[in-house]
Amino acid sequence: MTRDTAFFEFLLRMGDNTLVLGHRVSEWCGHAPVLEEDIALANTALDLIGQTQMWLGLAGEVEGEGRSADDLAMLRDAWDFRNVLLAEQPNGDFGQTMMRQYLFDQAHVLLLEKLAQSSDERVAGIAAKAVKEVTYHVERSRDTVIGLGDGTSESHRRMQAALDLLWPYVGEMFTDDEVSGIMAAEGIAPEPSSLRAAWDAAVQQTMSEATLVIPDSGFAHAGGKTGFRHSEHLGHMLTQMQWLQRAYPGARW
Amino acid sequence: MTVSVDQIWGWLDEVPDPEIPVISVVDLGIVREVVLEGETVTVAVTPTYSGCPATSVISMDIETALRDRGMTDVKIETRIAPPWTTDWLSDKGRAKLEDYGIAPPQPAGGPEKCPHCGSRNVTRVSQFGSTPCKAHWRCTDCLEPFDYFKCI
Repeated sequence: MTRDTAFFEFLLRMGDNTLVLGHRVSEWCGHAPVLEEDIALANTALDLIGQTQMWLGLAGEVEGEGRSADDLAMLRDAWDFRNVLLAEQPNGDFGQTMMRQYLFDQAHVLLLEKLAQSSDERVAGIAAKAVKEVTYHVERSRDTVIGLGDGTSESHRRMQAALDLLWPYVGEMFTDDEVSGIMAAEGIAPEPSSLRAAWDAAVQQTMSEATLVIPDSGFAHAGGKTGFRHSEHLGHMLTQMQWLQRAYPGARW
Repeated sequence: MTVSVDQIWGWLDEVPDPEIPVISVVDLGIVREVVLEGETVTVAVTPTYSGCPATSVISMDIETALRDRGMTDVKIETRIAPPWTTDWLSDKGRAKLEDYGIAPPQPAGGPEKCPHCGSRNVTRVSQFGSTPCKAHWRCTDCLEPFDYFKCI
């Protein structure tokens, strides 16, 4: 694999994570339990979609075939997506959405802090901007997980169920492969495995405050960030997200 | 026509922010540089938040304002690094925000006082408000809700 191929793959991973999770979160717009949470979710989604424009914009530039961020977002099919499986999992109830958000945010913020020191100044620039937003996201998702975990017996039960359901999807965020090896050797991005210890420490602290028990299993689903096998949920999501460009190719407004 | 860079900065200071029209794009600190080369003016703009929907409107408003003043060759450059920070808000902008009912950002992470009655007894309702750059707070004395400009 050449450096540029690996760089393109890496940028798709960054941009597809924010795109797919951003779209998922935006599905709450108009449906959240209270108005403040509705607004908070919409704002989080907006930040993630904004970051997507930067990551996929750079991906198109690195690929050098004239594809824009919009082309990459709207005209690829499920097997071309490089997001982790966690990001595409359905929203479930509000607690499940916030658990997914926290597990992702905690990894996202650790990664962006390192990427702000990237040897590629475009990557460093995007990360320095995004980390400010994501620091705010993790503050909220962490507080919400603690509030609902250590809340009523009903909210506690739902949060524990969400953690049990989503736990097998966290491992994929920290696996290394050829792409990440090349990125690390070039000083562009750290090996994902190098972030695991800090993530574990933060998550253990949070779950302990939330009175939730982390499942005793290291099993990890794989296949999202390599594009080898996405879960069935991604295709269904894309039929909604890409509908307009698929029905009216090239439509503009 | 002969224009100076200072004059252009003055014109830009009359372009209102589309979401918070009491402050200008210069007050907001998103205009980072104005370069004049012959008849060509290049304005470097830094977005506040990555997904802020006002960003493209702001670029269009800047271009329109300069064209209205007779500049025909206007270029807008989006610059993301260094990232925008609320430290770049002007003192004039901070004062105008408060007059308008939006508490200006504070390094402590919350508003100093209620922009309506001046009380220091304020509490956060939600981390996010009506736009990405604001949070939602409430005064526990006058009981009015208000926006707080987040400090980033």
